[in-house]
Amino acid sequence: MRDGRLSRTPLYAHHLRLQARMVAFGGWEMPLQYRGILAEHRAVRTSCGIFDISHLSKFWIRGPKALEDLDRLLANDPRRLLDGQALYTPLCNEAGGMVDDLLVLRFSEDRFLVVGNAARREVDLAWLRSHAASEVVDATEELVLLAVQGPASEAVLRPLVKVDLSGLPRHRFVPETAMAGVPATVSRTGYTGEDGFEVFCPWDRAPPVWEALQEAGAVPCGLGARDTLRLEAGYLLYGQDVDEHTTPLEAGLSWTVKLQGRRFIGSEALREQVKTGVRRRLGGLVLEGRTIARRGCPILRDGAPAGAVTSGTWGPWIERSLALGSLLPEHAEPGTPVTVRVRDRPVPAEVVALPFYRRGVERVR
Amino acid sequence: MNAEVGVVPEDLRYTTEHEWVRLEGNWARVGITKFAADRLSDVVYVELPEVGREVRFLEPFGVIESVKAASDLYAPLTGRVVEVNERLRSEPELVTQDPYGEGWMILIEPTDPSELDRLLDAAAYRRHIGEG
Repeated sequence: MRDGRLSRTPLYAHHLRLQARMVAFGGWEMPLQYRGILAEHRAVRTSCGIFDISHLSKFWIRGPKALEDLDRLLANDPRRLLDGQALYTPLCNEAGGMVDDLLVLRFSEDRFLVVGNAARREVDLAWLRSHAASEVVDATEELVLLAVQGPASEAVLRPLVKVDLSGLPRHRFVPETAMAGVPATVSRTGYTGEDGFEVFCPWDRAPPVWEALQEAGAVPCGLGARDTLRLEAGYLLYGQDVDEHTTPLEAGLSWTVKLQGRRFIGSEALREQVKTGVRRRLGGLVLEGRTIARRGCPILRDGAPAGAVTSGTWGPWIERSLALGSLLPEHAEPGTPVTVRVRDRPVPAEVVALPFYRRGVERVR
Repeated sequence: MNAEVGVVPEDLRYTTEHEWVRLEGNWARVGITKFAADRLSDVVYVELPEVGREVRFLEPFGVIESVKAASDLYAPLTGRVVEVNERLRSEPELVTQDPYGEGWMILIEPTDPSELDRLLDAAAYRRHIGEG
């Protein structure tokens, strides 16, 4: 939101034409759903969906010190990146709390693209600018971002690009190629638990790309399905499941925290927490029946407080009521039987290993 | 073509909370309106009372859950539940597909049928949802 008004992506008119139900999210007016969350969810699990996620903030980090800056800013290690490789990483404050979670794409040693959450745009920008010597450019409204997700994504994209995507591994990207005749960067990344791509292209040239994708059979999907898909895939949502007071170790993101031989903002606090242990841990929950746990629902074990739900939904593909919850560490082990209080009614649940679903890994169903 | 024709059947009474009620002899059948069902769209669970339970005029008798939110269901009449739509346990989508038919929720034996006069008729409900 800028000057109290919701921002719109260049595809706003397309969303209205598709009769999307629009919703305010992170300062943007975005499609919540078109045909329906369940149908859109299914499209992504079985074929291919497209999402306008241009509301995500995008920053260029440029200059000879770009890598050095990021090495001091990120919990994950940017020095592991090759040109054309992407990294998921927490951005931490001195206390180890998460300022945001980011996807960082290395174009070259002196040029990186950072993608963050829409609602954190101003915070991220201020944080990056105050802690980096490099040039930090807000490219949020210069680059449209489309997610093309689902098992048929590669086949959908094939006729629209000149490069061969079949050999592109996950977390790799093709910089500055073209899609449907429009300059585009194509990254094999996503937030759905499926194979898929994220496509960056110039802000004012999005319509032909969107139209070509739709004509190729991709189903328009909104933020509603994006949320149910990410939850089944066990991905957290910043602002909902974690915030500035959550460390990546508490968020179940230990795998993204590279402490060995490194010093970055928050590393001392995180090193300390590795020694002393976490105060709580984000875990997966599966509830009995079809009652859905919502954010804030208390989690109990043998009648005593064990945590609280941070996100909950019906898992349309695994067909189970699932949730993420912040748990006391002694109750966070998979297999722990707990109770979730939904509308003052106790619903039996179990702590489970994440993800609930990933292509080829249907743990829960 | 007016796609909204038939969306608010003439023979029903309505609550401002979007439940409908239809008298069937001594019993009253209850569901939610197409207007409400369209707005919920992705119904995944309907929590209904046990048969035999008393429900009270304009008080919650159950909950309908869509993917995004839970909403209370309000009883249009005071009475005893004599039947619940068991199909909704496994097919909650019936609420969206056929809100005035297969998607009904409970059957009540009303104790005070005069409460019916305090509900909206079709014209008033249409005005309530801005389609009158």
